[in-house]
Amino acid sequence: MSLAKPDAINITTKQKVALATGIVGLLILALALFNTNFPNQGVFLTLALGMVSIGTIIYSREAYLTKLEGIKNDGVWFKSISSRGVWGWLVGVILTSFYIVLYFYPQYLGLGVDGAANTGLISLFDPLSQLLSGRNASQWFVYGTLYTIAILAFGYKFILKYRHNRYQQIRTISVMFFQLGFAFLIPEFMYVMNNDLPYYDLKSMWPLNYYIFDEWSVSGFLSNGNIGLALILFGIITIFVISPILTYKFGKRWYCSWVCGCGGLAETAGDSFRQLSSKKMSAWKIERWLIHLVLVFSVVMTTAMVYTYLGYDSNDFWLTKGVFISLVIGFLTIVFAGIMIFKRHELGKDVKYGAIGLFAVIILLVTMHFTGTTEHVFYVKAGALRSAYGIYIGSIFSGVIGTGFYPILGSRSWCRFGCPMAAILGFQQRLFSKFRITTNGGQCISCGNCSNSCEMGIDVRHYAQKGENIVRSSCVGCGICSAVCPRGVLKLENDSMNGRINPTEILLGNDVDLMELVNEK
Amino acid sequence: MNNIVIIGNGISGVTLARHIRKLSDKKITIISAETDYFFSRTALMYIYMGHMKFEHTQPYENWFWEKNRIELLNAYVEAIDTDNKSLRLANGSHLNYDKLIIATGSKPNKFGWPGQDLKGVMGMYHKQDLDNLEVHAPNKEVCKRAVIVGGGLIGIELAEMLNSRSIPVTFLVRESSFWNGVLPEGESQMINRHIKNHHIDLRLSTNLKEIKSDENGKVKSVVIEETGEEIPCNVVGLTAGVSPNIDFVKSSKIETGRGIKVNRFLETNIPDVYAIGDCAEQHEAIGNRRPIEAVWYTGRMMGETLAQTICDKRREYKPGHWFNSAKFLDIEYQTYGWVWAKPKENETHFHWKHEDDTKCLTVGYNKDTNEFIGINTFGIRMRHETFDTWLTEKRDVDYVMNHLSEANFDPEFYKHYEAEILSAYNKQLQTA
Repeated sequence: MSLAKPDAINITTKQKVALATGIVGLLILALALFNTNFPNQGVFLTLALGMVSIGTIIYSREAYLTKLEGIKNDGVWFKSISSRGVWGWLVGVILTSFYIVLYFYPQYLGLGVDGAANTGLISLFDPLSQLLSGRNASQWFVYGTLYTIAILAFGYKFILKYRHNRYQQIRTISVMFFQLGFAFLIPEFMYVMNNDLPYYDLKSMWPLNYYIFDEWSVSGFLSNGNIGLALILFGIITIFVISPILTYKFGKRWYCSWVCGCGGLAETAGDSFRQLSSKKMSAWKIERWLIHLVLVFSVVMTTAMVYTYLGYDSNDFWLTKGVFISLVIGFLTIVFAGIMIFKRHELGKDVKYGAIGLFAVIILLVTMHFTGTTEHVFYVKAGALRSAYGIYIGSIFSGVIGTGFYPILGSRSWCRFGCPMAAILGFQQRLFSKFRITTNGGQCISCGNCSNSCEMGIDVRHYAQKGENIVRSSCVGCGICSAVCPRGVLKLENDSMNGRINPTEILLGNDVDLMELVNEK
Repeated sequence: MNNIVIIGNGISGVTLARHIRKLSDKKITIISAETDYFFSRTALMYIYMGHMKFEHTQPYENWFWEKNRIELLNAYVEAIDTDNKSLRLANGSHLNYDKLIIATGSKPNKFGWPGQDLKGVMGMYHKQDLDNLEVHAPNKEVCKRAVIVGGGLIGIELAEMLNSRSIPVTFLVRESSFWNGVLPEGESQMINRHIKNHHIDLRLSTNLKEIKSDENGKVKSVVIEETGEEIPCNVVGLTAGVSPNIDFVKSSKIETGRGIKVNRFLETNIPDVYAIGDCAEQHEAIGNRRPIEAVWYTGRMMGETLAQTICDKRREYKPGHWFNSAKFLDIEYQTYGWVWAKPKENETHFHWKHEDDTKCLTVGYNKDTNEFIGINTFGIRMRHETFDTWLTEKRDVDYVMNHLSEANFDPEFYKHYEAEILSAYNKQLQTA
């Protein structure tokens, strides 16, 4: 009896029809995958994507618009799909398999090799690709299309779910816009204008966009005159100038939950899984090690890559191996020294790990340069390092695990444990940003809704119940903790740097003298 | 004097234990028969609604207690022998203490209704109540209707819980309007309408006469006092307030009234025995507060204060400005300072309500001196610190109304209503 849970498939007839519509759409894609030859691919592709989108839209409207505005988390931990039940695991396996095929066996998706025509699923997408850029589809085009559809359809669902919350709505419109425009359409149009340019998603920064400084990429840009040069300069400026300024003003959320595609998918299609991220202290420890190791890996890898294709002679090009390595070491040293001089009193354990990581990179680079292991980093070829990074981090971590494991590890496991971009932004957010989540005096009742809904696994309650603001490097500023709080305790804010971190022992509302006595030690 | 025993692992007892540990190396034991580990009582509703699982309501991971050397004992205290400083436990064993703190919280009120102990009748306070509800109201097929008796904070939460599983709810409220002993009329009536918008069958000015049993001793129906109407139901929630959970203390020498009588230092009449939280009753009420404050925040504050006393820095319980909060279905409520249901003599209220009927506020002030006394807000979040400061500074109501936006705590990009509120306020002054 006590095992009887409320009926999880408690959905209306209209929702069942919507669900069926979406499934038929997916079925068309599945049939194409198994090499069904559709007579008119354009029609069937439109049908498939249209049915998936319309199914999601009708389902969401029925789910949310029939109820009053408010928090809609009823039954989240009862539903099989969102509580690691059978459906959750099943979806996890399907997603994971899809990513493995996508990254390592694109021929099974029907990718035509050596100029052969596409077949299967990829050929179904040829008409759309032809329409946008005049070439046949690739597995990445198929992926990009499905990814964009997912963000748009589930973004719409998310907007309805939080229709009482303008922060959530505006933020979601932003990620939908950047995905559709910057990640999907603009690169296609750029190809139409100049088909020698490498694919470039303007909003994707190094080191998330770890291949931008690869030799083929850089020479691809440089061989395209001013536009190529402008693009690569833009890439450098985004990471070194634009991003630090925006992160200072708004926290890393400006990127992670407003712009980024990985974040965009996590916030929309992944929203149902946000509560699955582990809030244990042990998970946080793993997170701090893992994400900083990936960052170190990406910095060393990129440096080594660039290093290998630069020359020795400054007469050929001013940026020689020596100049480049000096620039990198100089930059890292300034950052390291700056943190140690100005921020050492603020260094939490996590930041210390970061600083140590940074220092390790400097040492490593110096060693590399002066031991003459130019092409080799610890006897591993830079090229091998690059391809290892591409496979293990770029494909397996961010794709297969990051998205495939949504229903198991929660929607942001890549962002939390792996993304080197998030590590850099987080580092800055923790030390040099106006952003924080303000705790509202003594109003917290320790209910745990905030921690439960944190996709980054931050134990928000731990801070809120102490009356302490939340200043954590991993916080992507999605604002759901604030939305679900039943007592109005949390507010995302950009305010002065002073008093941003405010640990207290006695909370507001108690004896004033006692608060002063205990809090001021 | 270093063996500290705390009965009750709620917010009061646990806050006390944490603060004693910060200040000292004393041996600390927390006894509870309810659960092994501390959980947030206020979050029980979210477990039933499926927002969280039970473990998510535990603010500290299980390793926390051992790491901080706080011993947890799952036991039920039957009697206290203050002469020998000893507790008798239900399993027959005894436990000695040097200092004893009673923090056993509340229990739901029952007013002698016929049938109040039937199967399917429950309060919503303890973890066991939640388990019980899961048995009797797992879904709308097993529980075809539930009746809730008592219109307070727990009553409306129980209604929200049952509503989340599409179980029809009849909500019997003795008062003529929801919680109008606390909320001013305009607010209370807005909540009435909000309850009805959620398809909850709200019956105001309605009392329970009796609960009827079926042949198996289970709830079959309730009968209404006023009309004699019989409402078939499978679950009855008794949420007509709570009272101190102190039956086991009655046989001891510790002085009790409705609660355990304490002075301003939270000391009972027996040396080395203290009481905090919902079960403590002040000899004389502090300021405008009630002698028994059954509120999460006051429990925590008493714990914070008493830890100083236990660690030899004897300290009076001197709570600051009153504040509280709650959520009525989809509408959040916050209060700072005092806003009475009916303004006291020489006080008056300014009330504003948004046209969408989900947001309103009431500001209380002294009509002679214009001093700001308190504010209630619904659907608009306010900043605790700002109001705490204004209350300390004894700001006048004009200042507060003109600076209201400084206190706004709504998420970014939310629509602001301060201009509208201020113009309504100014208009009221002109017509008054």
